[in-house]
Amino acid sequence: MATTIDHSLPIDGAAETRDRPALGRVHEWVVTVDHKRLGLMYIGGGLVFFLVAGLQASTMRLQLAIPEAGLVSPEMFNRLMTMHGTAMVFMVGMPILTGFFNYLIPLMIGARDLAFPRLNAFGFWLWAFGSILLYFSYIGAPGLYGAGSAPDVGWFAYAPLTERAFSRGSSTDYWIIAIFLTSVGSIATAANLVTTIFCMRCEGMRLNKMPVLVWLALVVAFMMLIALPPLSAAQAMLMLDRLLGAHFFDTQAGGSAILWQHFFWIFGHPEVYILVLPAFAFASEIIPVFSRKVIFGYNVMVVASIAIGFISMSVWAHHMFAVGMTAAGNSFFVTSTMLVGVPTGIKIFNWLGTIWGGKVRFKVPMLFSLAFLFQFLIAGLTGIILAVAPFDWQLTDTYFVVAHFHYILVGAILFMIFAAIYYWFPKATGRMLGERLGRWHFWLFLIGFHLTFDTLHFAGLRGMPRRIYTYEPGRGLEAINMLATIGVAFQAAAVLCFLFNVVKSIRKGEIAGPDPWDAWTLEWSTTSPPPEYNFAQLPVVKSRRPLWDLKHPEDPDWLYE
Amino acid sequence: MSDQAVTTTEAAAVNSPARTLPSRGRIGMMCLILTESSFFAIFVGAYIYYIGKSLTGPYPDDVLRIPVIATICLLSSSLTIIFASRALRAGGVRLFALWWLATLALGLEFLIATGFEWHHLIYDEGLTIHTNLFGTTYYSLVGLHALHVTVGLIAIALVMILTVTGCVDRRHAERIEILSWYWHFVDAVWVIVFLTVYVVGR
Repeated sequence: MATTIDHSLPIDGAAETRDRPALGRVHEWVVTVDHKRLGLMYIGGGLVFFLVAGLQASTMRLQLAIPEAGLVSPEMFNRLMTMHGTAMVFMVGMPILTGFFNYLIPLMIGARDLAFPRLNAFGFWLWAFGSILLYFSYIGAPGLYGAGSAPDVGWFAYAPLTERAFSRGSSTDYWIIAIFLTSVGSIATAANLVTTIFCMRCEGMRLNKMPVLVWLALVVAFMMLIALPPLSAAQAMLMLDRLLGAHFFDTQAGGSAILWQHFFWIFGHPEVYILVLPAFAFASEIIPVFSRKVIFGYNVMVVASIAIGFISMSVWAHHMFAVGMTAAGNSFFVTSTMLVGVPTGIKIFNWLGTIWGGKVRFKVPMLFSLAFLFQFLIAGLTGIILAVAPFDWQLTDTYFVVAHFHYILVGAILFMIFAAIYYWFPKATGRMLGERLGRWHFWLFLIGFHLTFDTLHFAGLRGMPRRIYTYEPGRGLEAINMLATIGVAFQAAAVLCFLFNVVKSIRKGEIAGPDPWDAWTLEWSTTSPPPEYNFAQLPVVKSRRPLWDLKHPEDPDWLYE
Repeated sequence: MSDQAVTTTEAAAVNSPARTLPSRGRIGMMCLILTESSFFAIFVGAYIYYIGKSLTGPYPDDVLRIPVIATICLLSSSLTIIFASRALRAGGVRLFALWWLATLALGLEFLIATGFEWHHLIYDEGLTIHTNLFGTTYYSLVGLHALHVTVGLIAIALVMILTVTGCVDRRHAERIEILSWYWHFVDAVWVIVFLTVYVVGR
């Protein structure tokens, strides 16, 4: 059954590319404005920094494996901690997620590119240079003792530690400028995504016919437009403090260090949702396809996403319960934080409802998605626990918090990034990502993840503080920390499996064809990899599952929607 | 099986008769304005938070004089840019150029007035960004706005040059209108900055 449309044009661009010399092909990638290439460059660049920041995390975990280890100095530990956190958010999470949106959104809404292709390239290169600048600080930023030094003030960069008096040298300036640049790039991409979704949809693709992923991208893009500028603004103020002697966060001149915390978390908490909503987006595409069912409760899903977007803008001070806010302030942020659990819970039930009664195919993307469901639920539950202010007073700045947010960032977001890579790899390369190595990757990573982060909850409950470079023996923390470090070895082995799998599959993987998963959204209607113009003839859709209609003309979706 | 379900004209007829999607420029500019509003909100928030918290003088009510003329200039430039935009839509390029030039002049006047104000504050009153919290928040907020005025003026000047060289005509009316939105935004921000700095903050 020929289920797809022939999207080849008479002009054969591929043959032309193959004959070019290597340098010419590099040049093509550098000057490209094609959303698919930029998306792949985002994802590839993000994975490179994922390895770097992952190695930094492993170093910290090795240092903490036994009490009073001497692997790294306290100063170096602070730099590792800062760079790991900053890089994982701005150089790994953001680019991989925007990369996927870049790649998928025009394909999913039946467009030939984003609304502003050159702005898209501009955003990517801002991100790339910002990221390189941050790591350049290792050699380019003379610290107090003249040696090169990376930022060491934490990814949250709390004032007044970041003021000139306490953070000598230019390492903090590197942090400010690098993150400022990547934020501007992200804002450009967000504006591009919003414009694309509003202005570039194909015939019949009304807002309520869009795939759930596109809806979530829209919410994320709006959140980026609103939540990233506060960080940039606060960074501009910090820059004025450091370079021109202003007093925004200078407590000795009446400035407020707490104000920085507010500004930072006004950005910082929505940022968590900016990172996790794309994971929801991937789950909302992958789970239906591998359960062979329509997504359960499309409308509710969309409304819940928008609700999460709104509520998550008003929960930021739950990062600051220990600061000593007023009772009214604490109560407000406790309530709003618990409230965000409602739409999130709705989403979990909808995914379960999608799986329920479905003909589930346990392929690698689905395995990662199922683990995501389970782990995200637990991460959400510890989140609700931490939202209770008195409980937070007890456990703030302990490893319980570290374990909680790594459950989100690794257990939910990274798992869904892996799922998404396995799911869309055939589309981007034309070849399947190996299933056997994929299973090794999944199980090793699952075991490693739980070994590391389940145990760290208990380290926190036993009072192990965050951001310390070592701890004393005899406090009941040895076994926990050793287990957590062993878990890292499993995770590293899993990532090696994954990398090997990618390298192998790009060259020798099974040929995928346009639609290897028997999926329903428009990106699978064109060839794998898609031609530069995506669709020879712009599609016209009638339902949320245009390819289902195509494959089952006797029972199309648009009869019921 | 053919490609019927996805591409037939029948489908088009069922679902979407004569769709009109918004223009990219408009949505893009709205996004820019949204994100800039968020940026300004933080600076305005910091200004309000630090009102009356300076440990040393000079204080706002000692040194600030209400910039009446500059405000009138900037706000009326919003009117002239509307007239310019309408003139171009009607095809009157000459009239457009005239109103556009007026907008440019009014904007420049605002910037020059800000320059004089700063000169007065720095040299006569001894208030710099380093002096106290008032200086810190005043120069950063007013300076941020002035930076946006400058960017707007550069864009307006570019259009002016293109107009003089005969490159602008009626077809560009929509782009000119989108540019004018940015200018209106800069003016609206001035209303907020003005209220914050010269009314509430004094």
